Amino acid sequence: MCTTCGCSLSNEVIYTDPSTGARQVVPVAAAPADAHTHTNGSHEHSNDHPHSRHHTHPHDHDHSHGAGAGHAASATPHGRTIALEQAILTKNQLLAERNRGWLAGREIAAINLMSSPGAGKTSILERTIADLRANVLIHVLEGDQATTNDAERIRSAGAPVVQINTGTGCHLDADMVARGLRQLQPQRGAMVLIENVGNLVCPALFDVGEQARVVILSVTEGEDKPAKYPHMFRICDLMLINKVDLLPHVRFDAARCIALARNANPNIRVLRVSAETSEGMEAWYAWLLQQAEAAQGG
Amino acid sequence: MHELSIANAIVEACVERASGGRVIRVRLEIGALAAVMPDAVRFCFDVCAKDTVLEDAELEIVEIPGQAICRDCAGAVALTAPIGCCTCGSSNLRIVAGEELRVKEMELA
Repeated sequence: MCTTCGCSLSNEVIYTDPSTGARQVVPVAAAPADAHTHTNGSHEHSNDHPHSRHHTHPHDHDHSHGAGAGHAASATPHGRTIALEQAILTKNQLLAERNRGWLAGREIAAINLMSSPGAGKTSILERTIADLRANVLIHVLEGDQATTNDAERIRSAGAPVVQINTGTGCHLDADMVARGLRQLQPQRGAMVLIENVGNLVCPALFDVGEQARVVILSVTEGEDKPAKYPHMFRICDLMLINKVDLLPHVRFDAARCIALARNANPNIRVLRVSAETSEGMEAWYAWLLQQAEAAQGG
Repeated sequence: MHELSIANAIVEACVERASGGRVIRVRLEIGALAAVMPDAVRFCFDVCAKDTVLEDAELEIVEIPGQAICRDCAGAVALTAPIGCCTCGSSNLRIVAGEELRVKEMELA
């Protein structure tokens, strides 16, 4: 379908609970999870909602056009031209805010973990689940194009998990996370770690309703990733430099990497970790537990 | 390839507001810093518009250049990427234009 990466419209997203094998197959074009009723009625979209992505809303969108054809007449200063003035990702944004509210109401900290494939997201999760068992109940949403391999690893590590297979999709969106959460049913006060599809490009654009965003970069990847993929580093709160145990064996200038990341995002926090040896993981756990506390109003 | 999702969202937004009317032109604003390629959106738009009231609609894309204000010296900085440097040496910039990703308007037949 798409010549760039093979994305297809005849696409399905599959949600799998590896503990029961229960699968739910949802066509991509399906209505968003539990009917977001965004009709032609008054469009209650003010500029002041607390969204964290970069869409701008230059005007208050409060013209109250009636349903159906009526609004076409009222909004057509140039004959048959209809002014929309709508952020393209409005729908995703609304669903993301809805997830945010759903999670906040349950005092759940949801963290969106993003990286290129192979940076060590799943290994970091495995180690984190094992080490934080006594502190916080961790649930995981696993995003991958295909296979339930990672969900199996997470389940073996001892956390409830739902695998979201995006098919040809290159990122998780707010609707997928809403459906995943419904299947996962995280407990009040738990933490939900969302492992996004391995990709430093597309996930940067899609708010899924998370509380914080983490980008993971491994020392085997090259220190200039923040310069090559500035959008991702701009929107993240924390950068984990993973596989630091390999630093003696690879050419990776950590100081330069951090400088480039700060160039894209002066406020990004940086931690150096190794999921393999546990080096630096305590600081990561402290950050996570702070997030959990914040979600619980602490 | 998020442009496919973007194109889908554009078509959905227009279908919702077209009330069954045939759409012949859609006008977008895409900022230079929005991480979205206009050509890819164009390609995906045609695919997504097929079999909807937007089929064969003309897609007009207004590209907005990137612009930032330096947080240190308040100077204006033109940007082609979401990172850059002010003439004062600071890279602590506040982006003020170029992140647009909006459906501006559409024209019905």
